[in-house]
Amino acid sequence: MSRYIATRALRGANALVYEARRMFERAMREKGPDTPLAFPNTAYYLPTIFGMTGLAVERLGQLEPVMEHARSLLHPVPAEKHWTPYLGETLDAGMATLLAAECIEAMRFIYKLQPEPFPGFRLAGGTAFTSPDNGGGETALDGHLNGPIDDIQLRSWGIQLVDGRMPGFAAIVGAAKSNAVAVKLVRELQRRNILTFLCGNVNGHSIIHQLLEEGVELGYDTYTVPFGTDTISAIYALGFAVRSALTFGGLKGGQARDILLYNKERVFAFVLALGEVDDLKYAAAAGAINFGFPVIADTVIPEILPTGVTTYEHVVSMPFNEIEGADDLERAERLVQKCIEVRGVKVKVADVPVPVPYGSAFEGEVVRKANMRVEFGGKHSRAFEYLRMVDMDEVVDGKIEVIGPDFSDIPPQGHMDLGIVVDVAGRQMQKDFEPVLERQIHYFINGASGIQHIGQRDIAWIRLSDAAAQKGFNLEHLGKILHARYHADFGAIVDKVQVTIYTEADKLQTWLAKAREAYDYRNKRLADLVDSAVDEFYSCTLCQSFAPNHVCIVSPERLGLCGAYNWLDCKASFNINPTGPNQPIKLGKLIDSKKGYWEGTNAYTKVGSHGAIEQVAMYSIMENPMTACGCFECIVMLIPEANGVMVVSREDPSMTPAGMTFSTLAGIAGGGLQTPGVMGVGKYYLISPKFISADGGFKRVVWMSSFLKESMADELEAVAEREGDPGLIERIADERQVHTVDDLLAWLEEHNHPALLMEPIF
Amino acid sequence: MPKIRPTPEEFSADPAAQEMLIRADELGISTAFTRAANMTPCNIGSAGLCCKICGMGPCRLTKDGQTGVCGATMDTIQARNLIRAISAGAAAHSDHGRDMAFILKAVANHEAEGYSLRDIAKLRLVAQEYDIPVEGRSPDEIANDLADLYIAQFGQQTGVIAPLKRAPEKRKALWKEQGVLPRGIDREVVEALHRTHIGDDQDPEHILNHAVRTALGDGWGGSLIATDVSDILFGTPAPLLGQANLGVLKENMVNVVVHGHEPTLSEMIVAASYDPEIIAYAQAAGAEGVNLSGICCTANEILMRQGIPAAGNFLHQELAILTGAVEAMVVDVQCIMQALVGLAQNFHTKIITTSPKVKIKGATHIQFDEHHALTIAKEILKVAIDNFKNRQCTQIPQVKEDLVPGFSHEYLNYMLGGSYRASFRPLNDAIMSGRIRGVAAVVGCNNPRSKQDYLHTYITQELLKQDVLVVETGCGAIASAKLGLLLGEAGLDKVGPGLREICQTIGIPPVLHMGSCVDNSRILTVLTQMVEEGGLGDDIDQIPAVGLAPEWMSEKALSIATYCVASGVYVIFGGSSPVSGMPDRVADSDLIAKYISAGWEELFGGKLEFIPDIDEMVRQTLAHIDRKRAELGLPAYDPSHFGRSGDDRMLQLENLSLAEKRQLIYGTVKN
Repeated sequence: MSRYIATRALRGANALVYEARRMFERAMREKGPDTPLAFPNTAYYLPTIFGMTGLAVERLGQLEPVMEHARSLLHPVPAEKHWTPYLGETLDAGMATLLAAECIEAMRFIYKLQPEPFPGFRLAGGTAFTSPDNGGGETALDGHLNGPIDDIQLRSWGIQLVDGRMPGFAAIVGAAKSNAVAVKLVRELQRRNILTFLCGNVNGHSIIHQLLEEGVELGYDTYTVPFGTDTISAIYALGFAVRSALTFGGLKGGQARDILLYNKERVFAFVLALGEVDDLKYAAAAGAINFGFPVIADTVIPEILPTGVTTYEHVVSMPFNEIEGADDLERAERLVQKCIEVRGVKVKVADVPVPVPYGSAFEGEVVRKANMRVEFGGKHSRAFEYLRMVDMDEVVDGKIEVIGPDFSDIPPQGHMDLGIVVDVAGRQMQKDFEPVLERQIHYFINGASGIQHIGQRDIAWIRLSDAAAQKGFNLEHLGKILHARYHADFGAIVDKVQVTIYTEADKLQTWLAKAREAYDYRNKRLADLVDSAVDEFYSCTLCQSFAPNHVCIVSPERLGLCGAYNWLDCKASFNINPTGPNQPIKLGKLIDSKKGYWEGTNAYTKVGSHGAIEQVAMYSIMENPMTACGCFECIVMLIPEANGVMVVSREDPSMTPAGMTFSTLAGIAGGGLQTPGVMGVGKYYLISPKFISADGGFKRVVWMSSFLKESMADELEAVAEREGDPGLIERIADERQVHTVDDLLAWLEEHNHPALLMEPIF
Repeated sequence: MPKIRPTPEEFSADPAAQEMLIRADELGISTAFTRAANMTPCNIGSAGLCCKICGMGPCRLTKDGQTGVCGATMDTIQARNLIRAISAGAAAHSDHGRDMAFILKAVANHEAEGYSLRDIAKLRLVAQEYDIPVEGRSPDEIANDLADLYIAQFGQQTGVIAPLKRAPEKRKALWKEQGVLPRGIDREVVEALHRTHIGDDQDPEHILNHAVRTALGDGWGGSLIATDVSDILFGTPAPLLGQANLGVLKENMVNVVVHGHEPTLSEMIVAASYDPEIIAYAQAAGAEGVNLSGICCTANEILMRQGIPAAGNFLHQELAILTGAVEAMVVDVQCIMQALVGLAQNFHTKIITTSPKVKIKGATHIQFDEHHALTIAKEILKVAIDNFKNRQCTQIPQVKEDLVPGFSHEYLNYMLGGSYRASFRPLNDAIMSGRIRGVAAVVGCNNPRSKQDYLHTYITQELLKQDVLVVETGCGAIASAKLGLLLGEAGLDKVGPGLREICQTIGIPPVLHMGSCVDNSRILTVLTQMVEEGGLGDDIDQIPAVGLAPEWMSEKALSIATYCVASGVYVIFGGSSPVSGMPDRVADSDLIAKYISAGWEELFGGKLEFIPDIDEMVRQTLAHIDRKRAELGLPAYDPSHFGRSGDDRMLQLENLSLAEKRQLIYGTVKN
């Protein structure tokens, strides 16, 4: 701190804690102590309060001890002369500020003031708030800002945060010097795939207003989440941080110090204060410093450069006009660079030579038909992509060829056929890596702003927006993206990349046939690739940056629980980075083929989990099941009464027969803890013959989120065939009919589910 | 040649002291200052070469190759004299610790009037250190167990004293290897006396090895116990505002000065002085109330915890009485000059001895008994109040300074991260980055053989300019306090740029007052935590830190020096060396001096050196710090990198009109 900051932060904290108390007293009078209190679709109650104090607040009246605790953390402001120390006191007051802010936002939910009503605004992408009457809009996305980030989004971002695709998050508080600067700052953050939270205002004008005035889309899909136009809503950023520690770090409510240190060491976040900093902003910043999150301001404020509570400087002032730069936009760019430097955020940016902004933040962007220039694939045309390994001398690195006409003759919103053939060569390249690399095309192309990519192989579907076309984006740029990204991300195995884009009908058909041949070959290879056919599995400790004791063991028939890494991916990853998170595990002596124990896997489990876990059964949920970080796609959980298991997908917010929602279950399944009967898995493991094969396999599934049934209908049908029970999927209950164990048992009886007749699961 | 008497300015750097010395002169009263000027130290004794441990002597060794009657060599005699001094110092500290442990026991059993367990959190933490169960137990039960454990440390005969477990792992292993793990606190003192009896241990290195063991029983035993229990009974210190120097005495109030070392009685006198009955009694006597102040380490104990002002340090004990405004000086143990009684006879001041261990001929003795502590405290105050009417002409120097004391180990932890993130990380970071070049503990006594406070404050100020963070205890701390170095403001203009940033960040003075001399144990636990926090090596001897006692005089100082050296610290003493030998007359008579320096450094990584030259002390301190930095691979100290943090620019901006401020908030446009 500095005495200036301490004085203001302590003043701000005292004021906010008092405000929370008054609001609490009013709410108690008007609504009563039993009024339910929660952030919708988030686990861990009011997360900052739960994390810091261990209090699980579910009713208004339960805020009383929180208020009292916040008050106890307050201190008087430092004296003008002969002051006593203030750093510890200010950090405490900062924490009091956060607790008070969370109380206030929770109480605002009761009064329907959260998420903050914002008429005319529409969120880009999903949201937790399914109640359309809040904010007066027509759908859940309309008429209000985001509020807290829901659990589904938290978990789906989890893997990106751990694998470095998303290097960290920025909490922007206030308003930029001008709208143009606001846009530039956000674009710079997006370009680096930094998740950006927006809140606060300066004299009533928020960066949220600024961005909307400039037509910037805000929401999950663009990595820019508008929390609220006041400083208090910044609490959602800290709540997100606490939930990250609880979700991925295996920490429990009340382990305040560990949660804060987890964030200091693992979550690369910072606060960017734009415009004048008032007392409350100083107070909230003091709270954020407890998390190890530094504060960077674009105005003159006292600097706190010594380190310790944060890893690098605590408070940095970069008065905007004093930043070196030809114009304000260049200054904005430098400001973002400074933020990254102060937090030590590790950013990998591939320089992709295309005329549109490029970064993972644009991956979720949707190109709607109305804004579309042209599409390839989809209903009316065919697009395919094919990556093959060829000899070194057959590739001219960087050569990009478009064979056939471009889309200039296609009418607006029209369509045409397209084939993308990527030839790669490299001394470390293996034929097995072809599909691994080919699948990246989806992510690579999606990174371009205004380009949308869906699907893969010969069902690829690419849309190009008007805006992108106007900026000069053409077919050749698809090749440029691929060339740049393969070198940047897979340079260790790929030495040369050449891309050919086909639109000319004959050649396209020829190559489509060749591609299909290759797909068939790969399918067969994949079908042959069973656990018993290999002598090594792979470890995946990618998530240990977040879940320190969790280790995935990835086998050909069991992919990583995040769904993002299968055995071949891991193998390729090992070749790219031999000391990285994916290491081969020599299986060694087979101990138990049914449950899936090898000497090698057990030994590795012990080492990889730092002694936390002794052994792991690859094929059982009942005995030494594999642990999970927190990024799992589904949770499998034993329903003892039904003699089977249920499978909940993270997209499913409904109540399960286990009496818990996905969010609550996730707390049990995650954090690297081994809990028999509970397991987080990748959804494609469900269709593996090795899916809990030691416990009876797929026939044990008695309940399954309808999302899975629908999105994997074909694959699941095939599993039912394999299990010799073609009608099996229809006999599995889901959340549309069954919410309780009693309902479930009735359903199973009625539909004659095979699990009832199987031997007892334990 | 007639002796030239030093002027008051040469006697003391403190203007309050100078004023009183002039008054003493005017009144024709002698003080320690004048007596020191008149008393030439015995040159053989001060060289450590006088042996009087048996009736065959005393043997005075002055020539090459000379031995005592029994054949004891110079080195043996020096080593024996040194270990006896160290043992006496260790005994003093540890006996203080023992009494504290007894009081803890009495409080736990509700047998001590007026006392309570004020810091339950620390009680539980300390108890947990020794695996004493705390969950579901009352504070009294826990305190009882802890008191039993602590009392047992003194009489323990075998094994290792329990509090030693709080030292760094590597250090403990080293002590074991060197055979210096103390078995019992008392046992080592007794053995030191036995070994130095005529005809026992006559291998100097072997003798000094035991000196280390005895001193460790003090620092990591008796002293640590004293600090722990004082915190539990009276509260762990946290910063507050206090005052120091003779100006804290009040003309219109009954002035009671507590002097000595223990907080037990003085805390009760503090409580009693707030008692309405006592205030009324004082008012009835014509005073506005009772004004309490302290001298020496009793002052530090109640200053650290209650903010009771300090009238001064060791050499102020006579000067306070010279004001004529002190109704009673209440003393307990250690560092109490016998001269007080004779001096007080010139005024109305009553010297009241209270410890069963300490009586002074001519003083009033009101024996302290913890079972009736509050009653006795009131009785003492009434004696003082009754004496108010006898006050004659007074002269209170109008010199005093504010200070912020209260830096316990626990508060250091808190101040560096608050309740949630308390740790030493920011401190270690600051040292590693070079904002803080290193840490110096400037501690110890006053000694009339040098200008009072001058060495303390000169060294402290020089080190601050070099970005060395200074921690202080005892009389040294009061010396700095009198000069305003214990205020946050000093962290702005009396320090180098890096240290300024740290002071401003935390809000601390650049000199941290950590308590009385027995509280040097706090420095040991702080150093241990610095090691454990990481980044500064894996043992205390690797930390860029130095201990200094520029104005030392007591045997306790020698014990403190020895346990610090054994813990890995480079300790520099000013003034004369008790093992100086007579290099001008006797070749190689500095063998012991070399052994406790280079010899101990080889064994323990710390060393004890006596450096009379003040600038050389500073040079050696900085050289040692820089060497330790280099050995840790830390960047060399370079102040030009630092100093950008701070409020200055913002405060300038705040002074502008709103419109101007609005304009300048984004900074000034370049070009």
